[in-house]
Formats: sequence, structure tokens, C-alpha cells
Amino acid sequence: MSNHLINLADLDRDAIRELLHLTDRFVEVSQRPIPKVPALRGRTIAMVFFEDSTRTRMSFDLAAKRLSADVIDFPTHTSSLSKGESLQDTAETIGALGVDALIIRHSSGGLPGEIAEAVGETISVINAGDGLNAHPTQGLLDAYTLCQHFHGSAGIEASLSGIHVGIVGDVKHSRVARSDLAVYRSLGAKVTIVAPPELQPTDLDNWPVDITDDLDEVLPTLDVVGLLRIQKERMGETVVNSIDDYIERYGVTESRANRMNDNLVILHPGPVNRGIEIADTVLDKRANVLVNQQVTNGVAVRMAVLFRLLGSGVEID
Amino acid sequence: MADRERRMTPPYGGVFVARTTVLDAAQVHRALTRISHEIIERNQGLEDVVLVALQTGGVEIARLLSRLLFEIEGVDVPTGTLDVALYRDDIGLRPVMPEAETDIQIDLGGKIVVLVDDVLFTGRTIRAALDALTDFGRPRAVQLAVVIDRGHRELPIRPDFVGKNLPTRRDEVVDVNPEGVLLGEMRK
Repeated sequence: MSNHLINLADLDRDAIRELLHLTDRFVEVSQRPIPKVPALRGRTIAMVFFEDSTRTRMSFDLAAKRLSADVIDFPTHTSSLSKGESLQDTAETIGALGVDALIIRHSSGGLPGEIAEAVGETISVINAGDGLNAHPTQGLLDAYTLCQHFHGSAGIEASLSGIHVGIVGDVKHSRVARSDLAVYRSLGAKVTIVAPPELQPTDLDNWPVDITDDLDEVLPTLDVVGLLRIQKERMGETVVNSIDDYIERYGVTESRANRMNDNLVILHPGPVNRGIEIADTVLDKRANVLVNQQVTNGVAVRMAVLFRLLGSGVEID
Repeated sequence: MADRERRMTPPYGGVFVARTTVLDAAQVHRALTRISHEIIERNQGLEDVVLVALQTGGVEIARLLSRLLFEIEGVDVPTGTLDVALYRDDIGLRPVMPEAETDIQIDLGGKIVVLVDDVLFTGRTIRAALDALTDFGRPRAVQLAVVIDRGHRELPIRPDFVGKNLPTRRDEVVDVNPEGVLLGEMRK
């Protein structure tokens, strides 16, 4: 491919495995007494977030700083964009400042890819979430967290073969689901989408996966439940008839958690709607909820991506 | 020679072709035995001594040194591994990847760290290693043990314990393993 990371669906299995294996190294760095290395000293990374984000932004920020890169913030609300400058001109201006990478989040699917094409090879573009399209670092960190849970680490040939993952919730409006699906399938996992009919994706023809609206039916065969956030802000009018009905059918309630097999693990990309996707008591007390590991691994995954694109001298292909 | 160097040393890639055997297996073993005695003598025993092997060429050598030190003194010296890729000064100038494991389980503060590598060449790996070590604590002293010192230093770095000084041309390649030390070159 290139010196950009736009969509995991563009990467072949070897490229994904290499990023996950590199993540092993940065997990170790993150556990050191001084969890910082000088690898990207002198490199500058601009954060260009057109959509609100707390955890993804902090995670990228921390990853860049732990690699000794300088991080600047592109203020999207008060910038020249609001004076009518085109996004592409703005991106080129940022490049002319000597920035080495743009980390972009935008509500419009495909926009980071367009900017990557516009800036070419001179600047790396990293997609931090674009519309309903993709969230590649979230997909990588979810896959890494599962590799770590089931195998201890990713290793050279990361694999989720033999693992059955259920992606549960608002799949239709979820870029996380799309990136998760790409990486899980690449690593050989079996994936089942579990969603009410109105939240099932409409582009299903391209998705070679099982799909159901009955969580309890597939639950006994699942090794992983990947919960998605109910995105009230993305859905506009009420698509889900009643939150209570959703909880009843798809929420990880105390009683449903008791029926899960002991080895099942739960992922959630955050932020969690407590009491909707998952009950308070399950989230706080169960050892098989990997949410905190996801957040911790997110920093290491993003260090791996940044080092791979900016430091290794090797292109992702 | 480490796999990584085999792949990454300019001109990138190629096949190592040996020309001369510099040391055979018995001579390597004798050299490491002498180095073990020297480490013990210099530090008046092995108290606070820690071996840190540089990935990947130093790992097997450190394993042998650790066994010899145990045979001589009956002390099990803590041993770690260090990959210095993220500390190199040529990041961006050539492909650099941290491919091997860094595993240092103990606080190095107050310890005597003996860095172990197979070949000392430009000294840049050791410079990177000295930077990396400071992230694991403040050692009381850092010493350097290598099987081969082949010259061509680019930095003011010298070894404390040397198996053999070997004059080489810059374009030659030295391959160290427990079965012997070979001198040769890369052929396409």
C-alpha cells in the first residue's frame, strides 16, 4: 500500500500480522519503568479531529509522546477551514509546515483516504475514524487484545483461528464493526453479526458472515462478545423502539452474563453506556471483561502504527 | 552474526560466504572461559553483576557465559535481553525494526551491567544500548564483553572483555556462533 493507514480492508494478512507483532514490542516498552523511547525524536504529528473524541485522541497523543515525537493540535473549530479554505488546501498547508503525519478523524467516510491521495508520499495519513467507514487502529487493538488473551501475545503469526466472535449491537452505524470484521476475518476467526433487523448493515452482500437477531441463540457457541456502543447521536430519530427492549434482547445483563460460558470474554470500544450494552455489575466485577486491556493495548498498537509509518523506513504493503 | 544484520547490513541482503575460520568451537569456549574469569576478577566476585545480551547476536553468547560463570563461582547471574532498534541513531536512514524481545525483569539501579554482544564494530549499537539501559535504572557500572573486536570504531567506545581482536576490512562480515567464528563476505 503506502505510508498511510486508512482501512484494514486494504491490508493483507502479512501486513496485519506484522503490525500486531510490532505491538508486542511496544507492550513491553509500555511496561518499562520509563515507558518512552527516542525512536521518533524530531518527528511532528498533527492531530486533526473534526469529531469529538477523548480516548482515541488521548491514546494517539500518548503513543506519539512515548515515541518522543512532537504533537501539535489542529484546531478544527477555529481554523481557516471555517474561513472557507478547502480541506485539501489545509492539509497541504499543514504539510508545508513540516509535519510528518496527520491523524484524522472526520464524520465523512472516505475523507482521510482522499487527503492521503492529495498529500501523496510526503506525509503519512492515519485514519482515526471516518464516518461509518473504518477505524483501523480500533480494529487492530481489538484483535491484539484477543490474541493476547487467548495466546499471551500476538507473536509472528498472529491468529484467531478457531475463535468465534459475535459482534453485537448497532452494526449498521459502526465503523468499529467494519474494521473489526476485516481484521478478525484476516486472522481466521469465525464472525457472527448479532443485531436487530433495523440495525443490521444494508451493505450485507459484501460481508461473508453469519447474521442473526437472536443473541441468546448463538451465545452458547461464542468465545467473544464484541459489544458496540448504541450511538444515539448518530441515529437521528429513534430507530430502536425502546431501550428496554434492546437491553432485554442484546444487553449483557446480570442474568445473561450468568448464562455465558466461563471462558467467554467481552470487548467494548467505549465509551460504555452503562446499563444498556452491559450492566454495571458485569462491567465492574467480571474478570472476563477486557475493556481496560483494550484501552492499554490501544496505546501500544498506535505506537506500532506510528513507528511503522514514520520510523521503520519500511512501507506497509 | 545476527539474522537482522545479515538482512540489513549494506548492501542489503545477500548470502554469507565464509573465507576463513578465525576461531573453532574449542577456541570460542576457551575465550569465553577466560572472559568469565576476567568478569569475576574485575568485579571481585559476581555480587550485583547482571548480564544483558544484545539482540540477537549476544543472546547465545550470554547464555554460554552465564553457564560458565555458574560453573566457576556457583552463582546464577541474572540475565536479560535488549533490542536497541528504537534507540538507534540511524532510524530513518535505513530499515530499522525492533524484531527481537527485550526482557529485563529487574531494576538495574546499583547493578554492574555486563553488556554482551558477538561483534564490536562501529560502536553505534553499544551507544544505543547505553541509552536504553538508562530507562531501566541507573547501573553502578556498565562493562562490555564481546567475542570479536573487529575495529572500525565510529564512536569513543571500547570493550572491557574481548575474545579476540580481529583486523578486518570494512566490507567483510564476521559470523560468530558457539561452533566457531568465521570471516567472509556477503555475496549477492
